[in-house]
Amino acid sequence: MHWLIDTPLVLVMLLNLFMLGVSRMRSLIYSAAVQGVVLSLLPLLLEKQIGAMIIVVAVVTVAIKGVLIPQMLHKALLDVQIKREVEPLIGFLPTMLMGALGTALSIAFAAYLPMTQAGSSTLIIPASFSTMLTGFLLLTTRYKAITQVIGYLILENGIYIFGVLLLTAVPFLVEMGILLDLYVGIFVVSIILNHITKAFSSLDTRRLTALKE
Amino acid sequence: MLLPVLIFIPILAAIAAAAITSNVLRPWIMPVAAGLHFAGTLAVMNVNTAPIWGGWVGMDPPGKLVLLLISTLFLICAIYIVGYLRYRTERSNRVLIPCLLIFAAGATLVTCAQQLGLMWIGVETTALSTAPMIYFNRTPRSVEATWKYLMLSSVGIALALLGSFFLVYASLANHQHATLIFSHLVRHAGAANALWLKMAFVFLLIGYGTKMGLAPVHTWKPDAYGEAPGVIGALLAGGLTSLAFLAILRVDRVCIAGGLQSYTSHLLIGMGLLSMIVAAVFVLGQKDIKRMLAYSSVEQMGILALGAGIGGPALYGSLLQMINNGLAKGMLFLAAGNIHRSYGSKNIDEVHGAMRRLPLSGTIFMLGFLAIAGSPPFGPFVSVFTILNAIFARHFFFICGLFLFLLLIVFVGMGRTVLATVFGKTLPRKRSINAYHDGLMTSLPLMLSLLLILILGVHIPSFLTHMLRQAEAFMQVQP
Repeated sequence: MHWLIDTPLVLVMLLNLFMLGVSRMRSLIYSAAVQGVVLSLLPLLLEKQIGAMIIVVAVVTVAIKGVLIPQMLHKALLDVQIKREVEPLIGFLPTMLMGALGTALSIAFAAYLPMTQAGSSTLIIPASFSTMLTGFLLLTTRYKAITQVIGYLILENGIYIFGVLLLTAVPFLVEMGILLDLYVGIFVVSIILNHITKAFSSLDTRRLTALKE
Repeated sequence: MLLPVLIFIPILAAIAAAAITSNVLRPWIMPVAAGLHFAGTLAVMNVNTAPIWGGWVGMDPPGKLVLLLISTLFLICAIYIVGYLRYRTERSNRVLIPCLLIFAAGATLVTCAQQLGLMWIGVETTALSTAPMIYFNRTPRSVEATWKYLMLSSVGIALALLGSFFLVYASLANHQHATLIFSHLVRHAGAANALWLKMAFVFLLIGYGTKMGLAPVHTWKPDAYGEAPGVIGALLAGGLTSLAFLAILRVDRVCIAGGLQSYTSHLLIGMGLLSMIVAAVFVLGQKDIKRMLAYSSVEQMGILALGAGIGGPALYGSLLQMINNGLAKGMLFLAAGNIHRSYGSKNIDEVHGAMRRLPLSGTIFMLGFLAIAGSPPFGPFVSVFTILNAIFARHFFFICGLFLFLLLIVFVGMGRTVLATVFGKTLPRKRSINAYHDGLMTSLPLMLSLLLILILGVHIPSFLTHMLRQAEAFMQVQP
């Protein structure tokens, strides 16, 4: 049964590498959306008895990670009628290599960690770590404000994968609360994005340099 | 059932505030809601609140302390904001006021959340509701500050979530039906996996440490505090930081129960000292009075973490310092806000002679500096002395010496900026339509805070001593 859960996890890790190498902003947003949808299906594949709560969480996650947030980001992108390229601080190929190295290290590191639950897929923890790492790389090596938001989103995706291990422990209400907070968070961020566009007529974070010591 | 009421008062007030269309009437909902909240808080202090809702919501001793502090600070700021917004009639406060009230609701939730996930949701709510307040002024600088705040604190809060997940995963080790309720986590911590527990603490300390403003994840602080209105700075520096400290204490308690006392205390002491060093370096030669206050806040957070790391009587001092810092920092930010409003600048190149132009705000700014720097007869003197005493009693002479040296550096650094602000020749006032004068609503909160800090410096009321002792005992769990 492990292939059923391992296949989407491998897909998630491949998407990580793709996102590090992609230069068009729109492709980046779509890949993040696809990754979100794949993730939200994980609990359905993992749980033996599928209750109503699990289905509700999966549907809401798909709606938020797969539709609503990508839509907001896409709209923010359309509002800035200029360059739609990603603009990296470190080139695409080096970051992709760093991502690949990070994935390898995640697998090695996870093997060293004690598993506290027997029988669950051994790929969950490496996939979670490598996704978080991808999020961090996007956050730190890209100049555009939207790309940094996507980086944050992917970091959150990585945490979500880890959360799959705790399906039985984390109550429904808390899971919904976390999702709601993520949604409101991105909503607030997209408002600020709009203000950055107005105030600096660009989404380039290199212009945000008035405040420093 | 008092606690849910306490959370719902600000939420209802926020809905009402969003519905009111008059920009002049809307601010008045703040003192009403804050007054009700404060009355409710006093009632909570006196009753013994058993956990409700399956153990999710209840009061622990440190939570009680933080609730009392936040409610007091919120009341002080609520009175102030009515006076402040009279000078800001050109700007709509339809977003600001509901956000402030949601902040209060989230803060109340954090103080009474006995469940890891619920506490995280509360902290995240306060973090998100703060963002629109920071860019109230809509200047490019405030947008920049908000962006940096949002990015750093979102990542911080995400790491705190990851840490929370690690903590639960660690406790799954004993194959029990794991829950996220603190009392259960503490009870079963002994059987938890130590490696995962250690990783959980690191991530939670970095995550909530970002909110608290501990170095090296403090960098949003000077920007956000510098660009936000003074009253928002007061709520952030006095309120939000204390909430994050509370979160760290609760998690620390679980780790102590898991037998990691020396591990967590080393991390807390290290981060505390680093924060004090960073603050001392950057506060020297700081020309912006609000940024100076932000670095002073980093220093104070360092003191809190250090005290918590040493534990025992130092923790007692740390909790007292949290209350003192909340009140004193609130007062300083409100006074700085008044000075900023009057001069149209917060840079000491342009601000001189505040004591002559604004006798009340200028004097209180000066007294507030003396208080926060730890000089008698104000509250922080007592708490800093308690912490120092406790460190000395444990024979940590090096830490003790470094602590004193850093206090001195911060005193000198802040002193130069503050003296330049309050003394000197004041420039002729620029003629403008709504020039600022100390009015009743903007000076009463200052005097109220000053009175409280003085009382805490002269004599700590017995009910507070009792609460502090309970909180100290609460944190002493056996592995």
